[in-house]
Amino acid sequence: MTNVIGKSATRVEDKRLLTGQGKYIDDLGTKVSTGHAAILRSSHPHAYIKSIDKEAALKMPGVKGIITGEDIRGLVKPFSVGVMAPVEYYPLAIDKVRYVGEPMAIIVAKDRYAAEDALEKIKVVYEALPPLVGIERALEEDAPILHENVGSNIANHREFNYGDVDKAFEEADRIVKHKFNFPKYTATPVETYGVVAEYDPAHDQYTVQANFHGPFVIHSIMAQALQIPSNKLRIIVPKDIGGSYGIKAGIFPYIVLCGLASKLIGCPVKWIEDRQEHLSSSASGTDRVTYIEAAVENSGKVTGLRMKMIDNVGAYIRAPEPASLYRNHANSTGAYDIQNLHIDAYAIMTNKSPTGLIRGYGGQELYFPLERIMQEVAKELNMDHADVIRKNLVKEAQFPYKTASGGTYDSGNYEESFELALATGKYEEFRKKQEEARKNGKILGVGLACIVEPSGSNMGYITVALTPEERAGSLPKSGASEAATVSMDPLGSVNVRISTTPSGQGHETVAAQIVSEVLGLPREQINVVAELDTSTSAWSIASGSYSSRFASLGSSAIYYAAHKVRAKLFKIAADQLNVKEADLELEKGSIFVKNNPDKKFSVKRAAGLAHWHPTSLPDGMEPGIYETYYYTADVAQAPNEQDMINSSVTYGFVADMVTVEIDPDTAEVKIIDYFTVHDAGKLLNPLIVDGQIMGGLAHGLGGALYEELAYDKNGQFLTGSFMDYLCPTAPEIPNVTIKHTESPSPLTPLGAKGLGEGNTMSAPVAVANAVSDALAHLDIMIDDLPLSPTRIWKLMGEAKEKVTTP
Amino acid sequence: MGKHEIEVTINGKVYQEEVEPRMLLSDFVRDVCGLTGTHVGCEHGVCGACTINVNGSAVRSCLMFAIQADGQQVQTVEGLTSNHELTDLQKNFIECHGLQCGFCTAGILMSTEDYLEKNPNPSSKEIKEMLSGHLCRCTGYDGIVKAIEKTIEERNQSVLS
Repeated sequence: MTNVIGKSATRVEDKRLLTGQGKYIDDLGTKVSTGHAAILRSSHPHAYIKSIDKEAALKMPGVKGIITGEDIRGLVKPFSVGVMAPVEYYPLAIDKVRYVGEPMAIIVAKDRYAAEDALEKIKVVYEALPPLVGIERALEEDAPILHENVGSNIANHREFNYGDVDKAFEEADRIVKHKFNFPKYTATPVETYGVVAEYDPAHDQYTVQANFHGPFVIHSIMAQALQIPSNKLRIIVPKDIGGSYGIKAGIFPYIVLCGLASKLIGCPVKWIEDRQEHLSSSASGTDRVTYIEAAVENSGKVTGLRMKMIDNVGAYIRAPEPASLYRNHANSTGAYDIQNLHIDAYAIMTNKSPTGLIRGYGGQELYFPLERIMQEVAKELNMDHADVIRKNLVKEAQFPYKTASGGTYDSGNYEESFELALATGKYEEFRKKQEEARKNGKILGVGLACIVEPSGSNMGYITVALTPEERAGSLPKSGASEAATVSMDPLGSVNVRISTTPSGQGHETVAAQIVSEVLGLPREQINVVAELDTSTSAWSIASGSYSSRFASLGSSAIYYAAHKVRAKLFKIAADQLNVKEADLELEKGSIFVKNNPDKKFSVKRAAGLAHWHPTSLPDGMEPGIYETYYYTADVAQAPNEQDMINSSVTYGFVADMVTVEIDPDTAEVKIIDYFTVHDAGKLLNPLIVDGQIMGGLAHGLGGALYEELAYDKNGQFLTGSFMDYLCPTAPEIPNVTIKHTESPSPLTPLGAKGLGEGNTMSAPVAVANAVSDALAHLDIMIDDLPLSPTRIWKLMGEAKEKVTTP
Repeated sequence: MGKHEIEVTINGKVYQEEVEPRMLLSDFVRDVCGLTGTHVGCEHGVCGACTINVNGSAVRSCLMFAIQADGQQVQTVEGLTSNHELTDLQKNFIECHGLQCGFCTAGILMSTEDYLEKNPNPSSKEIKEMLSGHLCRCTGYDGIVKAIEKTIEERNQSVLS
């Protein structure tokens, strides 16, 4: 073994990216005949389309064609989605627009400049309808209805009861409850969406290059919408994707749109989204209202939880929603041992852009109310927040821990990790410092958060959106499949094909590390191909880059595929050396007899025999070296009749401690220090791991302090540029200390769990708890984000008024 | 729309092309000259991804028209190295994990090289202020700051020795 798994190896991707040789979607060559697209978008949040006049636009120089919703009527079926509500979502608005930025027409011209010129000549007549903006307003009887055929704005509603919730609340010493609002925010990869689609009439086939990274179950949805056999839709994902953090899963309507435009106009169509389009109309996280109630003993022990979650999926519910509600279903009680749980879950639709995957997906929405209420429990009982956490954390002896809603936390030592966070951050010392500071008029606070970080989503979890009776009427879903192929060519070189469509997470590097170790070859000799091609790659519905699934699932598929190659090489060598396979060992490119190392056969020669001299192979062995492994995890079962679901394969843990100072004159929150302890099992590459954690944390801090996709009360979109939508830049990133504990997953062959989303889930609430702690003397309740100076200034002003006017 | 002939020297090579006056310099560099190492992230001058060097200054190529670069000397990320050797800064981006998806990286390299030429010994705070003209959504900037600090340290050492 070359022993490279777990080492901080530098990345094989970097040289090409540092020298401008990356191959992103907008860098790929196109045919001379290619037309470039611009998309006409709705300026109204909610309106009937009375007419679209494209005559003048069609006469503009360089225009090849213009397609409106009317042109695709009947050519495309609504995108299917995992709820019963009959929502009709098409790639272009038909009859009605339901959010600002909704695509209404696609203009294809000789270049983007000409397409945008023509766009301005299109005349649209709207008949405005009352807009629906507020989450709870959507549930009111007299609210405007977005989808008349649905009859209400509810896309999905489920209620779950686990344990004996009523008893827990009856017997509780106290009940602590509050309503929390989580805002709509997004991820803004610096590269926007991009599609190059070509329709081939000779084979009735669509070939589409796009920076789409799965989940590839959406391939089935796209093929069904186009009403074609699925092998007539070939998706090719370029080697390099300029970031996504989940958002690019939402590109699928544009893949279908550009495909249709190519077919109808008769040329390949290229579309690169601009930033305003990305902010107004790509995808985002959900905004959510949560009513949370905790049944509490005077000791600080929480015995039961009730959560009413109302998730806003925007104007159209679309795949993979309502997954934001259920992705964390198994870990709904977070890091705490709480067996009585009631969840009332709504996905509702309003006149905002449709939502989808985003780093942390559903986690930040869940943990904001959960971790806030734990701090409120401490306040109510006059206890230290750390003691309330200690009282409730799942104990080491309880692993593997069965959660109330059907999850199995595979491994962990939450108490140890939490104590390490407190010790690293010098919690007690900070408390003293805080007291001193208060005397000098300074406002300091400390926030804690403990969260369970799920990774490797179970494709069955989304079906808990249906009742057990509804599920019984459809085909069951389960698993978390991922595939990889390892092959050796006639001269013994190794190629690895992966289907995890990375967007910066270094999958090529880690894949090379794993295969290098299994095959005993230097990692520089391993060539990893990250492009996915649905016509030639090994893939399945779960393939892709989301739910932190590479470390738990992708790496496992690579590991086992390499082992299949290794086993074949051993069989060949054993046959040639006339020994048993069990007597052989592999090191530095050579297979040798354990107790007689001089008796050996090179890996290169063994692979060569399989190509050059197949008749010499052991009886029955196929020639060639080309092995594919499909990996899934047995624990990813379909939900049962009691709605118990293990929604992820592995579960990591994050304990955060953050210290803040609030400027009394400007109400600005300054983060002093951020301490975060992670347990993601065995780390495959610590350099990459810490990079993922820092990125996830920066995004979490953005959610805590700066980022919001804002709409006014009329549904008009307000944050269409980077001047309005504020992402953290380098000076906003505080001192960060990352530490690791290691509880290997017993489920994955390398003991690894996914990571990179944890702090996106934890930071918004950790910072909110710190701000709440800092302002405790003013009795201020933090139940809304982001914590901008404007918001905090207002809260401080109101609190002071309360104090001065009795 | 009428076209104008311009002559721009990019990475030492002369490009003589006809362009519309409204063509952005970023589009010229990428789509006309084929230098796709320069990336476009926002087209309104905030994200910094399209930063290139024009006549010795780092500029956002999405905020300039190609005709404004007529007769100018331009350097892009492709021109930072010759013979496939990496610069010290590029090597340190690898060592310090200063990039993930790599989309913002070219712009950051161009700004940093220009900045360090004019300010060879910035503090960490000044480095971060310089970087505030760039959005990176992958790294949290940590590896980028470390890579730049390491480069400064090494350059200072080589001056001393």
